[in-house]
Amino acid sequence: MPDAKKPGFSRDSISNTLIVAVGVSLVCSVLVSSAAIVLRPLQEANQNEFRQRIVLEVAGLYDPAVPVDEQFGNIETRLVDLETGEYVDGMDPQSFDPEAAANDPQLGVTIPKERDIAGISRRAVYAPVYIVKEDGAPRQYILPVRGKGLWSTLYGYLSVEPDGNTVSGLRFYEHAETPGLGDQIEKEPWLAQWPGKKLYDEQGNPQIEVIRGSVQSGPNEIHQVDGLSGATLTANGVTYLIRYWIGSHGFGPYLAQVSSEANDNG
Amino acid sequence: MAETRKIILDPVIDNNPVMLQVLGICSALAVTTSLLPALLMCIAMTSVAALSGAAISSIRGRIPNNIRIIVQITIIASFVIVVDQLLKAYAFETSKQLSVFVGLIITNCIILGRAEAFAMSNGVGLSFLDGVGNGLGYSVVLLAVATLRELFGAGSLFGAQILPLTSNGGWYEANGLMLLPPSAFFIIGLLIWAVRAVRPKQVEKPEYQIHEVHRTEVL
Repeated sequence: MPDAKKPGFSRDSISNTLIVAVGVSLVCSVLVSSAAIVLRPLQEANQNEFRQRIVLEVAGLYDPAVPVDEQFGNIETRLVDLETGEYVDGMDPQSFDPEAAANDPQLGVTIPKERDIAGISRRAVYAPVYIVKEDGAPRQYILPVRGKGLWSTLYGYLSVEPDGNTVSGLRFYEHAETPGLGDQIEKEPWLAQWPGKKLYDEQGNPQIEVIRGSVQSGPNEIHQVDGLSGATLTANGVTYLIRYWIGSHGFGPYLAQVSSEANDNG
Repeated sequence: MAETRKIILDPVIDNNPVMLQVLGICSALAVTTSLLPALLMCIAMTSVAALSGAAISSIRGRIPNNIRIIVQITIIASFVIVVDQLLKAYAFETSKQLSVFVGLIITNCIILGRAEAFAMSNGVGLSFLDGVGNGLGYSVVLLAVATLRELFGAGSLFGAQILPLTSNGGWYEANGLMLLPPSAFFIIGLLIWAVRAVRPKQVEKPEYQIHEVHRTEVL
């Protein structure tokens, strides 16, 4: 350190303190921001492939031996107008980012407070859906869902059968719930209970619920999923977010459309 | 040469940051349920320790005393963010499992401890090696704990099934406790006991041991 040996140099002087503070901050911020910029394309590609893989997993189609892109070719991605439940053409569903659109004044709407049970405050007017087809006929409709848990926003996919009522799978791919307690929502034993559960009651009201404790046999059994001990608030978050997204403000109109189509064809 | 060896190897057994100094326990509990994330965590931790040691040492003559901890933390935090970004780009799946714990390397006492105790008063090369050595010391413990936890908790090593589980028709009943954080406490405790049984020098001097307080001493 040549500077340190100069006569009259004091490293505790105000000028040196300022020089070191500003210098270190500058060098460090350049380092951090260039790493972030250089690596972003790779990270986004990873994120995209990860989401496609989760969609395949929810559909029960994921095969680790085949590249994700190739498998995803069998899944049709469409954009849905949530208010009417109709498909929207003229926009690329692949590049549509529902979270960015939610904050856009034109593409997003504020969810009325009393209806915002998922705690997300805004949503996009459109939402992507993934349609899994087999021999030309739809087998599963995969809907993106999100909502507040205890600490974080949970992001996941709910897969529904063509009757628009029966769950065929659920997966969460992003959350920051308590490790070991709340993070059971991404683990197999708990998720395995979901397939076969019914979302709505006879009157078409969202009835699906994560209860406290374990499900007892009874008339509501078909709508209920075991709670998570030590993670009641995370589990409640799951109940509310699914009820929101299958409700009339979410995919409700779309699912109604889907099920009437299935009836017409059947 | 002898000094270099000593700097790298000392923290592995004789002056292990986890077993002797009992630092860095938080991440040792959190990321050791399976070997792959533990290994990645060790690499991340060792590279941050080495690079931040070298960087801090290179400007040690200029760092003003009254802001030295802030300067050290800024440098450490920057390296941690870079490492975190690299993991997200090149080891996406595992970085998801590590979640916040890579970011928490910033607060790992081992790194700040080495910066303050070693890098502030030693040359760049030596500080780099000291970081590598302490990273290795941390890694040895983490990998040992992770091996035991993954083997007995999930019957596998690096995800490859070694002990066939009863849930898949095998004979090994997985020990669920091994997958929970307390088991890492027990394993680290047993490791500390084993090392101190072999090397009695590491046992604390009587005044640092817990002992009964008698009434006369209180007066």
